[in-house]
Amino acid sequence: MLKIEDLKVSYGGIEAVKGISLEVPENTIATLIGANGAGKSTVLRSIVGLVKPVSGDISFNGESITGLTSDQIVSRGITLVPEGRRIFPNLTVLENIKIGAYMRKDDLSEDIAWMNDLFPRLKERSWQLAGTLSGGEQQMLAVARALMSKPKLIMMDEPSLGLAPLVVKGIFDIIKEIHKQGMTILLIEQNANLALKAADIGYVLETGSIVMQGEGKELLKDQSIREAYLGKSK
Amino acid sequence: MGLQTFMQHLANGISLGSLYALIAIGYTMVYGILRLINFAHGDIFMMAAYLAFFGMTIFSMPWYVAFIMVIVVTVILGILIEKAAYRPLRDAPTSSVLISAIGVSFLLENLATFLFSGKPRAFPTFETMTYSLDMQGVSVQVLTIIVPIVTLIILFILLFVINRTKLGMAMRAVSKDYEIAKVMGIKINNIIAYTFAIGSALAAIGAFLWGMKYPQVSPLMGVMPGLKCFIAAVIGGIGNIKGAVLGGFILGLAEVLLVAFFGQLTGYRDAIAFILLIIILLVRPTGLLGEKTAEKV
Repeated sequence: MLKIEDLKVSYGGIEAVKGISLEVPENTIATLIGANGAGKSTVLRSIVGLVKPVSGDISFNGESITGLTSDQIVSRGITLVPEGRRIFPNLTVLENIKIGAYMRKDDLSEDIAWMNDLFPRLKERSWQLAGTLSGGEQQMLAVARALMSKPKLIMMDEPSLGLAPLVVKGIFDIIKEIHKQGMTILLIEQNANLALKAADIGYVLETGSIVMQGEGKELLKDQSIREAYLGKSK
Repeated sequence: MGLQTFMQHLANGISLGSLYALIAIGYTMVYGILRLINFAHGDIFMMAAYLAFFGMTIFSMPWYVAFIMVIVVTVILGILIEKAAYRPLRDAPTSSVLISAIGVSFLLENLATFLFSGKPRAFPTFETMTYSLDMQGVSVQVLTIIVPIVTLIILFILLFVINRTKLGMAMRAVSKDYEIAKVMGIKINNIIAYTFAIGSALAAIGAFLWGMKYPQVSPLMGVMPGLKCFIAAVIGGIGNIKGAVLGGFILGLAEVLLVAFFGQLTGYRDAIAFILLIIILLVRPTGLLGEKTAEKV
Protein backbone atom coordinates (compact mmCIF):
# COMPACT_ATOMS: atom_id res chain seq x y z
CA MET A 1 0.00 0.00 0.00
CA LEU A 2 2.72 2.44 1.03
CA LYS A 3 6.09 2.03 -0.62
CA ILE A 4 9.18 4.07 0.05
CA GLU A 5 12.20 3.73 -2.20
CA ASP A 6 15.64 5.09 -1.43
CA LEU A 7 14.32 8.07 0.55
CA LYS A 8 16.87 10.71 1.47
CA VAL A 9 16.00 13.71 3.64
CA SER A 10 18.32 16.47 4.84
CA TYR A 11 17.92 19.26 7.36
CA GLY A 12 20.27 22.15 6.66
CA GLY A 13 22.93 19.96 5.09
CA ILE A 14 22.71 17.17 7.63
CA GLU A 15 21.37 13.95 6.23
CA ALA A 16 18.72 12.69 8.63
CA VAL A 17 17.48 9.86 6.45
CA LYS A 18 20.09 8.19 4.29
CA GLY A 19 18.27 6.33 1.59
CA ILE A 20 15.77 4.00 3.19
CA SER A 21 13.30 1.69 1.51
CA LEU A 22 10.32 0.16 3.19
CA GLU A 23 6.90 -1.16 2.44
CA VAL A 24 3.65 -1.26 4.34
CA PRO A 25 1.29 -3.84 2.81
CA GLU A 26 -2.45 -3.34 3.04
CA ASN A 27 -4.13 -4.43 6.27
CA THR A 28 -0.95 -4.82 8.26
CA ILE A 29 0.59 -3.13 11.23
CA ALA A 30 4.11 -2.15 10.32
CA THR A 31 6.47 -0.64 12.80
CA LEU A 32 9.58 1.43 12.56
CA ILE A 33 11.67 1.27 15.70
CA GLY A 34 14.87 2.98 16.61
CA ALA A 35 16.55 5.20 19.16
CA ASN A 36 16.18 8.94 19.55
CA GLY A 37 17.42 10.81 16.50
CA ALA A 38 17.43 7.74 14.26
CA GLY A 39 15.21 9.60 11.77
CA LYS A 40 11.89 7.93 12.48
CA SER A 41 9.82 11.09 12.71
CA THR A 42 11.53 12.52 9.65
CA VAL A 43 10.32 9.55 7.62
CA LEU A 44 6.72 10.20 8.70
CA ARG A 45 7.05 13.92 8.13
CA SER A 46 8.18 13.36 4.58
CA ILE A 47 5.34 10.93 3.91
CA VAL A 48 2.74 13.57 4.84
CA GLY A 49 4.58 16.27 2.90
CA LEU A 50 5.82 18.38 5.81
CA VAL A 51 9.42 18.01 4.65
CA LYS A 52 10.56 17.66 1.07
CA PRO A 53 12.87 14.71 0.47
CA VAL A 54 16.17 15.29 -1.31
CA SER A 55 15.66 12.20 -3.41
CA GLY A 56 13.77 8.96 -3.49
CA ASP A 57 10.17 8.10 -4.08
CA ILE A 58 7.12 7.62 -1.88
CA SER A 59 4.15 5.94 -3.48
CA PHE A 60 0.73 5.16 -2.13
CA ASN A 61 -1.48 2.56 -3.81
CA GLY A 62 0.83 2.62 -6.80
CA GLU A 63 0.72 6.40 -7.23
CA SER A 64 3.73 8.56 -6.45
CA ILE A 65 2.97 11.12 -3.75
CA THR A 66 6.47 12.57 -3.51
CA GLY A 67 6.40 16.36 -3.58
CA LEU A 68 2.63 16.65 -3.20
CA THR A 69 1.27 19.12 -0.67
CA SER A 70 -0.05 17.83 2.64
CA ASP A 71 -3.69 18.39 1.75
CA GLN A 72 -3.26 16.41 -1.48
CA ILE A 73 -1.63 13.58 0.44
CA VAL A 74 -4.27 13.57 3.17
CA SER A 75 -7.03 13.50 0.57
CA ARG A 76 -5.54 10.26 -0.77
CA GLY A 77 -6.17 8.57 2.56
CA ILE A 78 -3.07 9.01 4.68
CA THR A 79 -3.20 10.53 8.13
CA LEU A 80 -0.79 11.17 10.97
CA VAL A 81 -1.10 10.98 14.72
CA PRO A 82 1.82 13.26 15.51
CA GLU A 83 4.41 12.88 18.18
CA GLY A 84 3.41 14.63 21.40
CA ARG A 85 -0.29 14.46 20.35
CA ARG A 86 -0.43 18.06 19.14
CA ILE A 87 -4.16 18.32 19.47
CA PHE A 88 -5.44 21.88 19.09
CA PRO A 89 -5.63 23.05 22.73
CA ASN A 90 -7.73 26.10 21.87
CA LEU A 91 -10.43 24.04 20.17
CA THR A 92 -13.03 21.98 21.99
CA VAL A 93 -12.76 18.21 22.02
CA LEU A 94 -15.60 17.95 19.52
CA GLU A 95 -13.99 20.55 17.25
CA ASN A 96 -10.75 18.61 17.32
CA ILE A 97 -12.67 15.55 16.19
CA LYS A 98 -14.42 17.51 13.48
CA ILE A 99 -11.28 19.16 12.19
CA GLY A 100 -9.89 15.73 11.43
CA ALA A 101 -12.65 15.52 8.84
CA TYR A 102 -11.86 18.96 7.45
CA MET A 103 -11.58 17.74 3.87
CA ARG A 104 -14.75 15.67 3.95
CA LYS A 105 -17.94 17.09 2.56
CA ASP A 106 -20.27 14.26 3.64
CA ASP A 107 -22.23 13.84 6.85
CA LEU A 108 -20.06 13.28 9.90
CA SER A 109 -22.63 12.22 12.46
CA GLU A 110 -22.08 8.49 11.93
CA ASP A 111 -18.34 8.76 12.44
CA ILE A 112 -18.69 11.07 15.43
CA ALA A 113 -20.93 8.42 16.95
CA TRP A 114 -18.26 5.83 16.19
CA MET A 115 -15.65 7.96 17.99
CA ASN A 116 -17.94 8.34 20.98
CA ASP A 117 -18.23 4.61 20.98
CA LEU A 118 -14.50 4.04 20.70
CA PHE A 119 -13.59 6.76 23.21
CA PRO A 120 -16.39 7.25 25.73
CA ARG A 121 -14.12 9.56 27.76
CA LEU A 122 -14.03 12.03 24.91
CA LYS A 123 -17.79 12.06 24.61
CA GLU A 124 -18.11 13.14 28.24
CA ARG A 125 -15.74 15.98 27.56
CA SER A 126 -16.81 17.05 24.10
CA TRP A 127 -17.40 20.70 25.09
CA GLN A 128 -14.19 21.08 27.06
CA LEU A 129 -11.20 22.78 25.51
CA ALA A 130 -8.84 20.04 24.39
CA GLY A 131 -5.93 21.68 26.22
CA THR A 132 -7.55 20.74 29.53
CA LEU A 133 -7.48 17.00 28.83
CA SER A 134 -4.97 14.65 30.45
CA GLY A 135 -2.11 13.25 28.39
CA GLY A 136 -3.83 9.93 27.78
CA GLU A 137 -7.08 11.60 26.79
CA GLN A 138 -5.19 13.89 24.43
CA GLN A 139 -3.61 10.86 22.80
CA MET A 140 -7.04 9.30 22.32
CA LEU A 141 -8.25 12.57 20.86
CA ALA A 142 -5.31 12.64 18.45
CA VAL A 143 -6.23 9.13 17.30
CA ALA A 144 -9.91 10.04 16.98
CA ARG A 145 -9.01 13.15 15.01
CA ALA A 146 -6.92 11.09 12.62
CA LEU A 147 -9.64 8.47 12.17
CA MET A 148 -12.19 11.13 11.23
CA SER A 149 -10.49 11.67 7.88
CA LYS A 150 -11.51 8.10 6.97
CA PRO A 151 -7.93 7.17 6.24
CA LYS A 152 -6.68 4.05 4.53
CA LEU A 153 -3.33 4.36 6.26
CA ILE A 154 -2.88 5.78 9.73
CA MET A 155 0.61 6.64 10.90
CA MET A 156 1.34 7.01 14.59
CA ASP A 157 4.41 8.70 15.95
CA GLU A 158 5.32 7.51 19.44
CA PRO A 159 1.79 7.08 20.75
CA SER A 160 3.09 5.71 24.05
CA LEU A 161 5.40 8.62 24.78
CA GLY A 162 5.04 10.02 28.26
CA LEU A 163 1.99 8.00 29.17
CA ALA A 164 1.39 5.73 32.15
CA PRO A 165 1.72 1.98 31.39
CA LEU A 166 -2.00 1.40 31.85
CA VAL A 167 -2.83 4.20 29.42
CA VAL A 168 -0.29 2.83 26.95
CA LYS A 169 -2.01 -0.52 27.10
CA GLY A 170 -5.31 1.21 26.37
CA ILE A 171 -3.81 2.97 23.36
CA PHE A 172 -2.40 -0.28 21.98
CA ASP A 173 -5.76 -1.99 22.46
CA ILE A 174 -7.26 0.73 20.33
CA ILE A 175 -4.56 0.33 17.69
CA LYS A 176 -5.36 -3.37 17.48
CA GLU A 177 -9.07 -2.60 17.43
CA ILE A 178 -8.88 -0.20 14.49
CA HIS A 179 -6.57 -2.61 12.72
CA LYS A 180 -9.22 -5.27 13.11
CA GLN A 181 -11.64 -2.90 11.43
CA GLY A 182 -9.46 -2.94 8.34
CA MET A 183 -7.04 -0.07 8.82
CA THR A 184 -3.42 -0.23 7.74
CA ILE A 185 -1.10 1.14 10.38
CA LEU A 186 2.46 2.42 10.39
CA LEU A 187 3.65 2.70 13.95
CA ILE A 188 6.73 4.45 15.19
CA GLU A 189 7.92 3.57 18.64
CA GLN A 190 10.78 3.74 21.04
CA ASN A 191 9.01 1.11 23.05
CA ALA A 192 10.28 -1.67 20.78
CA ASN A 193 8.89 -4.49 22.84
CA LEU A 194 5.34 -3.24 22.65
CA ALA A 195 5.58 -2.24 19.02
CA LEU A 196 7.11 -5.49 17.77
CA LYS A 197 4.54 -7.55 19.65
CA ALA A 198 1.71 -5.71 17.92
CA ALA A 199 3.31 -5.52 14.48
CA ASP A 200 3.24 -7.82 11.48
CA ILE A 201 6.40 -6.29 10.01
CA GLY A 202 9.16 -4.40 11.72
CA TYR A 203 11.94 -2.17 10.48
CA VAL A 204 14.86 -1.10 12.61
CA LEU A 205 16.22 2.36 11.89
CA GLU A 206 19.67 3.40 13.05
CA THR A 207 21.12 6.85 12.30
CA GLY A 208 19.13 7.26 9.12
CA SER A 209 19.46 3.75 7.68
CA ILE A 210 17.39 0.62 8.00
CA VAL A 211 19.66 -1.99 9.55
CA MET A 212 17.21 -4.82 9.94
CA GLN A 213 13.76 -5.83 8.89
CA GLY A 214 11.48 -8.80 9.29
CA GLU A 215 8.36 -10.12 10.92
CA GLY A 216 7.61 -8.47 14.22
CA LYS A 217 7.84 -11.67 16.21
CA GLU A 218 11.06 -12.69 14.50
CA LEU A 219 12.71 -9.39 15.34
CA LEU A 220 11.55 -9.72 18.90
CA LYS A 221 13.62 -12.90 19.19
CA ASP A 222 16.67 -11.42 17.52
CA GLN A 223 19.64 -11.25 19.86
CA SER A 224 21.04 -7.91 18.71
CA ILE A 225 17.65 -6.25 18.91
CA ARG A 226 17.07 -7.66 22.35
CA GLU A 227 20.32 -6.12 23.47
CA ALA A 228 19.99 -2.78 21.73
CA TYR A 229 16.31 -2.00 22.21
CA LEU A 230 14.81 -4.29 24.76
CA GLY A 231 17.47 -3.99 27.39
CA LYS A 232 17.78 -7.75 27.70
CA SER A 233 20.99 -9.70 27.51
CA LYS A 234 21.26 -13.46 27.14
CA MET B 1 -17.86 69.87 34.20
CA GLY B 2 -21.56 69.18 33.92
CA LEU B 3 -23.09 65.82 33.28
CA GLN B 4 -24.14 66.87 29.80
CA THR B 5 -20.63 67.85 28.78
CA PHE B 6 -19.32 64.62 30.22
CA MET B 7 -21.85 62.58 28.24
CA GLN B 8 -20.82 64.51 25.18
CA HIS B 9 -17.18 63.57 25.64
CA LEU B 10 -18.12 60.02 26.51
CA ALA B 11 -20.02 59.66 23.24
CA ASN B 12 -17.07 61.07 21.32
CA GLY B 13 -14.67 58.75 23.11
CA ILE B 14 -16.76 55.68 22.38
CA SER B 15 -17.08 56.72 18.77
CA LEU B 16 -13.34 57.25 18.34
CA GLY B 17 -12.70 54.03 20.24
CA SER B 18 -14.91 52.13 17.81
CA LEU B 19 -12.87 53.36 14.89
CA TYR B 20 -9.68 52.28 16.62
CA ALA B 21 -11.29 48.93 17.34
CA LEU B 22 -12.15 48.30 13.69
CA ILE B 23 -8.55 48.80 12.63
CA ALA B 24 -7.10 47.03 15.66
CA ILE B 25 -9.01 43.87 14.75
CA GLY B 26 -7.03 43.70 11.51
CA TYR B 27 -3.74 43.83 13.41
CA THR B 28 -4.77 41.26 15.93
CA MET B 29 -6.17 38.74 13.44
CA VAL B 30 -3.07 38.77 11.26
CA TYR B 31 -0.90 38.50 14.35
CA GLY B 32 -2.98 35.59 15.61
CA ILE B 33 -2.37 33.61 12.44
CA LEU B 34 1.09 34.67 11.26
CA ARG B 35 2.67 36.07 14.43
CA LEU B 36 3.30 39.13 12.28
CA ILE B 37 2.69 42.77 13.09
CA ASN B 38 1.40 43.92 9.73
CA PHE B 39 2.87 47.41 9.72
CA ALA B 40 1.29 48.05 6.34
CA HIS B 41 -2.18 47.85 7.87
CA GLY B 42 -2.37 51.58 8.62
CA ASP B 43 -1.41 52.32 5.04
CA ILE B 44 -4.02 49.93 3.69
CA PHE B 45 -6.43 52.04 5.74
CA MET B 46 -5.03 55.16 4.04
CA MET B 47 -5.42 53.64 0.57
CA ALA B 48 -9.02 52.77 1.43
CA ALA B 49 -9.66 56.38 2.45
CA TYR B 50 -8.27 57.60 -0.89
CA LEU B 51 -10.38 55.06 -2.76
CA ALA B 52 -13.46 56.36 -0.98
CA PHE B 53 -12.43 59.94 -1.71
CA PHE B 54 -11.87 59.35 -5.43
CA GLY B 55 -14.94 57.17 -5.72
CA MET B 56 -17.21 59.85 -4.36
CA THR B 57 -15.54 62.92 -5.90
CA ILE B 58 -14.03 62.17 -9.30
CA PHE B 59 -16.28 59.22 -10.10
CA SER B 60 -19.19 60.78 -8.23
CA MET B 61 -20.48 57.46 -6.96
CA PRO B 62 -23.32 57.46 -4.45
CA TRP B 63 -21.89 56.69 -1.00
CA TYR B 64 -23.25 53.14 -0.84
CA VAL B 65 -21.69 52.24 -4.21
CA ALA B 66 -18.42 53.82 -3.13
CA PHE B 67 -18.65 51.95 0.19
CA ILE B 68 -18.90 48.57 -1.52
CA MET B 69 -16.24 49.45 -4.10
CA VAL B 70 -13.83 50.52 -1.35
CA ILE B 71 -14.31 47.28 0.56
CA VAL B 72 -13.83 45.12 -2.54
CA VAL B 73 -10.74 46.94 -3.80
CA THR B 74 -9.14 47.14 -0.35
CA VAL B 75 -9.69 43.41 0.18
CA ILE B 76 -7.97 42.74 -3.15
CA LEU B 77 -5.13 45.05 -2.15
CA GLY B 78 -4.72 43.27 1.19
CA ILE B 79 -4.63 39.84 -0.44
CA LEU B 80 -2.14 41.01 -3.07
CA ILE B 81 0.17 42.44 -0.42
CA GLU B 82 0.06 39.17 1.47
CA LYS B 83 0.80 37.21 -1.69
CA ALA B 84 3.64 39.43 -2.88
CA ALA B 85 5.33 40.48 0.34
CA TYR B 86 4.59 37.87 3.01
CA ARG B 87 3.88 34.54 1.34
CA PRO B 88 7.36 34.16 -0.21
CA LEU B 89 8.74 34.57 3.30
CA ARG B 90 6.54 31.93 4.89
CA ASP B 91 9.48 29.85 6.10
CA ALA B 92 11.74 32.81 6.83
CA PRO B 93 12.38 34.14 10.35
CA THR B 94 9.66 36.45 11.71
CA SER B 95 11.97 39.45 11.62
CA SER B 96 12.33 39.14 7.84
CA VAL B 97 8.57 39.27 7.40
CA LEU B 98 8.41 42.22 9.77
CA ILE B 99 10.94 44.12 7.67
CA SER B 100 8.96 43.24 4.57
CA ALA B 101 5.86 44.69 6.24
CA ILE B 102 7.68 47.94 7.01
CA GLY B 103 8.83 48.00 3.38
CA VAL B 104 5.26 47.64 2.14
CA SER B 105 4.24 50.44 4.50
CA PHE B 106 6.84 52.83 3.03
CA LEU B 107 5.96 51.71 -0.47
CA LEU B 108 2.27 52.52 -0.01
CA GLU B 109 2.97 55.87 1.65
CA ASN B 110 5.32 56.96 -1.10
CA LEU B 111 3.16 55.53 -3.85
CA ALA B 112 0.25 57.55 -2.51
CA THR B 113 2.37 60.70 -2.31
CA PHE B 114 3.52 60.12 -5.88
CA LEU B 115 0.13 59.30 -7.32
CA PHE B 116 -2.15 61.55 -5.30
CA SER B 117 0.35 64.28 -4.25
CA GLY B 118 1.14 65.03 -0.64
CA LYS B 119 -1.50 67.72 -0.44
CA PRO B 120 -4.32 66.84 1.97
CA ARG B 121 -7.75 66.79 0.38
CA ALA B 122 -11.22 67.26 1.77
CA PHE B 123 -13.23 64.09 2.23
CA PRO B 124 -16.84 64.50 1.12
CA THR B 125 -19.30 64.67 4.00
CA PHE B 126 -23.05 64.28 4.01
CA GLU B 127 -25.73 66.13 5.86
CA THR B 128 -27.31 62.93 7.15
CA MET B 129 -24.13 61.89 8.92
CA THR B 130 -23.07 65.23 10.37
CA TYR B 131 -26.57 66.15 11.44
CA SER B 132 -26.60 66.79 15.17
CA LEU B 133 -29.22 65.16 17.31
CA ASP B 134 -30.15 66.85 20.53
CA MET B 135 -30.51 64.21 23.21
CA GLN B 136 -31.54 65.91 26.46
CA GLY B 137 -29.10 68.69 26.02
CA VAL B 138 -26.32 66.48 24.70
CA SER B 139 -25.74 67.18 21.06
CA VAL B 140 -24.48 64.13 19.21
CA GLN B 141 -23.78 63.72 15.53
CA VAL B 142 -25.57 60.88 13.77
CA LEU B 143 -22.14 59.54 12.81
CA THR B 144 -21.03 59.38 16.43
CA ILE B 145 -23.89 56.98 17.12
CA ILE B 146 -23.54 54.97 13.93
CA VAL B 147 -19.85 54.18 14.34
CA PRO B 148 -20.11 52.15 17.58
CA ILE B 149 -23.20 50.35 16.28
CA VAL B 150 -21.40 49.33 13.10
CA THR B 151 -18.39 48.19 15.13
CA LEU B 152 -20.47 46.07 17.48
CA ILE B 153 -22.39 44.45 14.63
CA ILE B 154 -19.12 43.60 12.92
CA LEU B 155 -17.68 42.24 16.15
CA PHE B 156 -20.63 39.89 16.59
CA ILE B 157 -20.46 38.68 13.00
CA LEU B 158 -16.74 38.14 13.35
CA LEU B 159 -17.03 36.22 16.61
CA PHE B 160 -19.71 34.08 15.01
CA VAL B 161 -17.50 33.32 12.02
CA ILE B 162 -14.51 32.51 14.20
CA ASN B 163 -16.27 30.42 16.82
CA ARG B 164 -19.05 28.78 14.88
CA THR B 165 -17.97 28.17 11.30
CA LYS B 166 -15.62 25.74 9.64
CA LEU B 167 -13.50 28.62 8.34
CA GLY B 168 -13.20 30.02 11.87
CA MET B 169 -12.27 26.62 13.24
CA ALA B 170 -9.53 26.35 10.63
CA MET B 171 -8.32 29.85 11.52
CA ARG B 172 -8.06 28.95 15.18
CA ALA B 173 -6.28 25.72 14.33
CA VAL B 174 -3.77 27.42 12.03
CA SER B 175 -3.06 30.07 14.65
CA LYS B 176 -2.11 27.37 17.17
CA ASP B 177 -0.23 24.80 15.08
CA TYR B 178 0.00 25.46 11.37
CA GLU B 179 1.98 22.31 10.67
CA ILE B 180 -0.63 19.98 12.09
CA ALA B 181 -3.33 22.13 10.49
CA LYS B 182 -1.67 21.25 7.19
CA VAL B 183 -1.82 17.57 8.05
CA MET B 184 -5.56 17.98 8.63
CA GLY B 185 -5.75 18.99 4.98
CA ILE B 186 -6.22 22.69 5.69
CA LYS B 187 -4.76 24.86 2.94
CA ILE B 188 -3.09 27.35 5.21
CA ASN B 189 -2.35 29.84 2.45
CA ASN B 190 -6.06 30.16 1.80
CA ILE B 191 -6.80 30.63 5.48
CA ILE B 192 -4.14 33.34 5.68
CA ALA B 193 -5.59 35.04 2.60
CA TYR B 194 -9.05 35.02 4.21
CA THR B 195 -7.57 36.58 7.32
CA PHE B 196 -6.02 39.40 5.32
CA ALA B 197 -9.28 39.82 3.43
CA ILE B 198 -11.24 40.26 6.66
CA GLY B 199 -8.66 42.62 8.15
CA SER B 200 -8.60 44.73 5.00
CA ALA B 201 -12.37 44.86 4.78
CA LEU B 202 -12.52 46.19 8.34
CA ALA B 203 -9.80 48.74 7.56
CA ALA B 204 -11.88 49.83 4.57
CA ILE B 205 -15.01 50.27 6.68
CA GLY B 206 -12.92 52.08 9.29
CA ALA B 207 -11.42 54.39 6.65
CA PHE B 208 -14.84 55.26 5.31
CA LEU B 209 -16.18 56.19 8.73
CA TRP B 210 -12.93 57.92 9.68
CA GLY B 211 -13.13 60.07 6.56
CA MET B 212 -16.58 61.25 7.52
CA LYS B 213 -15.50 62.00 11.07
CA TYR B 214 -12.20 63.66 10.21
CA PRO B 215 -12.89 64.82 6.65
CA GLN B 216 -9.39 64.92 5.25
CA VAL B 217 -7.23 62.44 3.35
CA SER B 218 -3.45 62.55 2.99
CA PRO B 219 -0.74 59.96 2.24
CA LEU B 220 0.44 59.81 5.84
CA MET B 221 -3.00 59.74 7.44
CA GLY B 222 -2.61 56.04 8.21
CA VAL B 223 0.57 56.33 10.22
CA MET B 224 -0.77 57.62 13.54
CA PRO B 225 -4.05 55.68 13.54
CA GLY B 226 -2.06 52.61 12.48
CA LEU B 227 0.32 52.94 15.40
CA LYS B 228 -2.46 53.67 17.85
CA CYS B 229 -4.55 50.73 16.72
CA PHE B 230 -1.56 48.47 16.97
CA ILE B 231 -1.19 49.72 20.54
CA ALA B 232 -4.90 49.13 21.12
CA ALA B 233 -4.43 45.54 19.97
CA VAL B 234 -1.48 45.09 22.33
CA ILE B 235 -3.38 46.63 25.26
CA GLY B 236 -6.27 44.23 24.71
CA GLY B 237 -3.93 41.28 24.26
CA ILE B 238 -2.68 40.80 20.74
CA GLY B 239 -4.22 37.84 18.95
CA ASN B 240 -7.52 38.29 20.78
CA ILE B 241 -10.34 39.96 18.85
CA LYS B 242 -12.41 40.97 21.84
CA GLY B 243 -9.20 42.34 23.31
CA ALA B 244 -8.60 44.48 20.24
CA VAL B 245 -12.07 45.99 20.56
CA LEU B 246 -11.59 46.55 24.29
CA GLY B 247 -8.19 48.13 23.66
CA GLY B 248 -9.70 50.36 20.99
CA PHE B 249 -12.41 51.61 23.34
CA ILE B 250 -9.96 52.17 26.18
CA LEU B 251 -7.64 54.13 23.93
CA GLY B 252 -10.41 56.22 22.38
CA LEU B 253 -11.96 57.05 25.73
CA ALA B 254 -8.62 57.77 27.38
CA GLU B 255 -7.67 60.18 24.64
CA VAL B 256 -10.93 62.09 24.53
CA LEU B 257 -11.55 62.19 28.27
CA LEU B 258 -8.03 63.14 29.25
CA VAL B 259 -8.06 66.05 26.86
CA ALA B 260 -11.53 67.00 28.09
CA PHE B 261 -10.57 66.98 31.76
CA PHE B 262 -7.08 68.39 31.40
CA GLY B 263 -7.29 70.95 28.63
CA GLN B 264 -3.64 71.87 29.08
CA LEU B 265 -2.66 68.33 27.98
CA THR B 266 -4.24 68.71 24.53
CA GLY B 267 -0.81 68.80 22.92
CA TYR B 268 0.00 65.40 24.42
CA ARG B 269 -3.04 63.75 22.93
CA ASP B 270 -1.03 61.37 20.77
CA ALA B 271 1.34 60.52 23.61
CA ILE B 272 -1.44 58.95 25.69
CA ALA B 273 -1.47 55.81 23.56
CA PHE B 274 2.25 55.31 24.05
CA ILE B 275 2.08 55.94 27.78
CA LEU B 276 -0.68 53.36 28.04
CA LEU B 277 1.42 50.95 25.99
CA ILE B 278 4.39 51.32 28.33
CA ILE B 279 2.21 50.82 31.40
CA ILE B 280 0.57 47.71 29.94
CA LEU B 281 3.89 46.22 28.89
CA LEU B 282 5.24 46.74 32.39
CA VAL B 283 2.21 45.51 34.30
CA ARG B 284 0.63 42.94 32.05
CA PRO B 285 2.77 42.16 29.00
CA THR B 286 0.24 39.75 27.48
CA GLY B 287 -2.43 42.48 27.45
CA LEU B 288 -5.75 42.65 29.26
CA LEU B 289 -7.36 39.63 27.59
CA GLY B 290 -4.16 38.07 26.30
CA GLU B 291 -3.63 34.37 26.49
CA LYS B 292 -1.22 32.97 28.97
CA THR B 293 1.85 31.62 27.29
CA ALA B 294 2.20 28.55 29.47
CA GLU B 295 0.04 25.69 28.34
CA LYS B 296 -0.48 22.11 29.30
CA VAL B 297 1.06 19.95 26.62
